[in-house]
Amino acid sequence: MTEVSILCPTGHLGFTPLEKASFLAGCELKPDFIIADSGSCDIGPYPLGADGQASPVAWQRHDLEIMLTAARRLGVPMIVGSASDTGTDRGVDQFAELIREIAAEHGLAPFRMATIKSEQTREAMLARLESGVVIKGLDGRADADASVLARTDRIVAVMGAEPIAAALRKGAEVVIAGRASDCALFAAPLLNAGLSPATAYYAGKLMECASFCCEPFMGKESILGRIREDDIRVTAMHPGQRCTPASLASHAMYERRDPFREYVASGYVDMSTCRYEQVDEKTTRASGAVFVPSAQPMVKLEGAGKVGERRLAVVGIRDPYTIENIDKAMAWARARLAERFGAPEQAGWQVFYHVYGRNGVMGDLEPSPPVRPHELGIVAEVVCKDGKKAEEICALAARNLFYARLAEVKGTAGAAALMADEVLVGKPGYEWTLNHIIPVKDPSELFRTAFHTVDGSARKAA
Amino acid sequence: MIRNMPTLRDLASTIRSKNAGVDHITFDVIFRDRANFERVRDSKVLTPESVAALYRIPRERITDFVVFDPANAIKFTIKRDRPSGSPGEHDVFGSQQYAPLFGVEVP
Repeated sequence: MTEVSILCPTGHLGFTPLEKASFLAGCELKPDFIIADSGSCDIGPYPLGADGQASPVAWQRHDLEIMLTAARRLGVPMIVGSASDTGTDRGVDQFAELIREIAAEHGLAPFRMATIKSEQTREAMLARLESGVVIKGLDGRADADASVLARTDRIVAVMGAEPIAAALRKGAEVVIAGRASDCALFAAPLLNAGLSPATAYYAGKLMECASFCCEPFMGKESILGRIREDDIRVTAMHPGQRCTPASLASHAMYERRDPFREYVASGYVDMSTCRYEQVDEKTTRASGAVFVPSAQPMVKLEGAGKVGERRLAVVGIRDPYTIENIDKAMAWARARLAERFGAPEQAGWQVFYHVYGRNGVMGDLEPSPPVRPHELGIVAEVVCKDGKKAEEICALAARNLFYARLAEVKGTAGAAALMADEVLVGKPGYEWTLNHIIPVKDPSELFRTAFHTVDGSARKAA
Repeated sequence: MIRNMPTLRDLASTIRSKNAGVDHITFDVIFRDRANFERVRDSKVLTPESVAALYRIPRERITDFVVFDPANAIKFTIKRDRPSGSPGEHDVFGSQQYAPLFGVEVP
């Protein structure tokens, strides 16, 4: 009976450095594949929109080096997806270059690397839209139209297992993929081994966050999966962790609306009849997933667009009367801003007062009745297309609290404390413009695969 | 008034919130003890209506509500008022929105 073993050291390569000891313990068990995802939408729209990254290069290099040297030593393929947080072409090129550098540094014998790019141009998506394709909104969003695409600076398509599986079949020993469904990275080699899509994608879903599916809570520790048809055994590699039915089942519902369904380009995994059982101290077995193929493959699109330049100022308030009347003070400040700069919607600016000590963390979702803390911290956040104007508005948004005209204020030298009379330059404001799916004929058609020979020994000699 | 009813904080082993995609925040209340799970499940203190009332939002913003037996868990999802990380964001990961659940009393 076919059994494939996969070692996964981290749920987000590079986000914080992976822990080496449990990874090396996993390598001792001679896994068939080493696989990790490197991306997430959780980091917000800025990295995708601005084509930046959320993780320091030093940590990405740290993780890639540990994985690559082990994979080449064991002679097994290594797969990394959603390169450099976002999976843009920049991220794929950056990781491919890191792989070349690490190979050269270690004098690694020649190996075959595949890069799979997933970035999409606005023009190409617009052309599909104009040809009558419906780019369908997810999560209650409206379908995309030309104006949504016009607001979008950068787009990635999310690949399923198909392009990765194809690259492995063509002999890739290292795969650096652009944006990919986390579970697809794991499903690709399992599908190639002849396992069903149900087992392949379900195994991927269970394993993609590494030690998060074990207990007690630890990040960045390795887990090993041994996968046979409808029999997925996940083992914790850290000496202090166990994979239990409760930890594995509760991970299956992590970060998702529907704990019973995992969608990929070619369909979804139905997990509603899954079973979990402890097989040894550190291992839990999962089974019972069903794959429901979709008649029409749909590929997810993620897009982000710039809203404007962002400025921040920090203000503290200690006067009990001002604290009691903080809503009035902020209303007065907003009114004065509108008098000077025009109504926000028409004039293209926004101000947000984050009131820490009251509802700075939860905003409108905060159910606690207002209490009177002895102090409040307020962050004034301003977004405006023009940076200079954003700076001016933000300065006044803070100083207007200082000068707030409240009827009975006794502290007539200033109603607020400025942490510094200073406006801080924030990263530009972006928003998620695309959270959509697009129909395709072939689940691989939006992705571009290239093969490269990496010869670390040649570089070292040179 | 003397309160001697236990709360979710007493009975659940995990209470967490986290982004589910860019437009939602999902909440998991997980019990290590099966009896505690069944007690809370059967008490109906957590329902789409009670959660909407707790967070003072319209019922329609609770997009999903699931009792997930394999994990001894109750799970619900709230639609965000704007996508995660947009200007004005106060919790990019959605990871600190669960605290009000701690005080829910369980008969």
